[in-house]
Amino acid sequence: MIRIENLSKQYGATTVVDAVSMEVERNTITVIVGTSGSGKSTLLRMINRLVEPSSGRVLIDGKDTRSEPAHLLRRRIGYAIQGHGLFPHRTVAQNIATVPHLLGWSELRIGARVAELLRAFQLDPAEYAGKYPHQLSGGQQQRVGVARALAAEPSVLLMDEPFGALDPIIRSKAQDDLLDIQRRFGTTIVLVTHDIDEAFRLGQRVAVMSQGRVLQYDRPAALLTRPADSLVARMTGLADRALRLLSLTTAGQIATPGSAGGPTIAASASLRDALSEILWHGAESAQVVDERGAPRGSLTVAAILAHGRPE
Amino acid sequence: MPRAATLLRVAALGLLAAFLLRPQAFAALFAPLTQYGAPPIYDQGNLLTLTLAHLATVCAAAVASTIVAVGLGILVTRQSGAEFLPLSRALVNIGQTFPPVAVLAVAVPLVGFGVKPTLIALFAYGLLPIFENTIAGLQGCTSELLEAASGMGMSARQRLLEVELPMAMPLILEGVRLSLVISVGTATIGSTVAARGLGEVIIAGLLSSNTAFILQGGLVTGLMAVLLYDAMGLVERRVCRAAHVA
Repeated sequence: MIRIENLSKQYGATTVVDAVSMEVERNTITVIVGTSGSGKSTLLRMINRLVEPSSGRVLIDGKDTRSEPAHLLRRRIGYAIQGHGLFPHRTVAQNIATVPHLLGWSELRIGARVAELLRAFQLDPAEYAGKYPHQLSGGQQQRVGVARALAAEPSVLLMDEPFGALDPIIRSKAQDDLLDIQRRFGTTIVLVTHDIDEAFRLGQRVAVMSQGRVLQYDRPAALLTRPADSLVARMTGLADRALRLLSLTTAGQIATPGSAGGPTIAASASLRDALSEILWHGAESAQVVDERGAPRGSLTVAAILAHGRPE
Repeated sequence: MPRAATLLRVAALGLLAAFLLRPQAFAALFAPLTQYGAPPIYDQGNLLTLTLAHLATVCAAAVASTIVAVGLGILVTRQSGAEFLPLSRALVNIGQTFPPVAVLAVAVPLVGFGVKPTLIALFAYGLLPIFENTIAGLQGCTSELLEAASGMGMSARQRLLEVELPMAMPLILEGVRLSLVISVGTATIGSTVAARGLGEVIIAGLLSSNTAFILQGGLVTGLMAVLLYDAMGLVERRVCRAAHVA
């Protein structure tokens, strides 16, 4: 668990982060979202002390981050940035092995871990381990960047706009991969983005920041239904908030037993996508099936619409 | 590398080696340049020993320039040393603009005749290219890369040794290469203050109006410069390939 207490950062007379307190739960993805200049990156960097706080403190699993030298702290915390930051003079395998090397792991253990990570990110070790970063596509570089951040099995992973440089299709794939990886390794992830869609898609909890302050820190649905102020409401999208709300629930979650007419929809599809599919087919309901195609029940338009408004 | 260029290099090296080991074999070639039966081949010392002494002086000065210039370059690119950049740059520039002959004139009263004043002159003259290339190389590391290195948990020292210097290495070597080549030619003036080297051959030729001597000294120096330049190029390419930075 990460506990941020009254954390502030001032540069001269300018306050970049203003007395932020929040708790990040273990094994979750927490997203900090805000416009540029909102202080979100600075807040993230104060967690691994790339930026030293002016006041306040950060506790990771109850331990003050200032109780050890900054570079030793950072070896226990994964860090991935926009544009990956891979070392161009080192191979993919050497890049991933950076932190394990710093920690003095045995070559055998490093080799096994590198291979495991490459496979987890769908990169064949035999083909990719010896390649140099410039020989990879943008999406592959990004995956290697995240693999490198996870190499030493950190319990916490910090990500600063990790998908910012990717095109929409690869970006969407990278987001899915991150969700998979998080489930697989159980890492606690704190991710910074300016993209509210990304925040809603990835975050179990989302902190909305503006001018150095956290305006609201809540579950995505709560941000939509109970925004703390008009700025949060504007940032989370007033015009399509009902549709955003629908996108937070999956068809499988509200499917009721029995069958009805209409198109077939995967249980993992969001209500937003389900509604779109039903509209497209001019139907009133849909069949929900799981990933193996077995029926899971049915879904009516009325049931979907009931989820598109605050309770 | 094209085949023809490789052949040319091997031929140049062979020619230099042949001339230094058996200079008398080339006597007929240089005879037309002498008058009144003067010796066509330098006979006041062994050409091979002079060449090796010349090379040793150049290399010793280059090693010293490299250590000091790279060290200074690292210092002034650190946050704590940034304020020394203008001062260091001025000093190194003076080393380059102050003519080596003048350095000799100033150094001889202080350290006496021989190889010492020559080393000082070559050292000062060779700093600039290495220093500027070191700075350019180190500043060429993007802030993104440095942040990644720090974010991984590298200490300042590890960041320098494992990321910044390997990234800057091709440019640093290019600076050393330039400095070496300039030094090979410049070192001939050392003979005016009694340093052993190929300058002796040229000066002997000038004093006795023996064009053959002048030409021999000049040719050996020139060939050495060209071959050194190529050899450093090979080293650079190897390092670049290993580092995968162009």
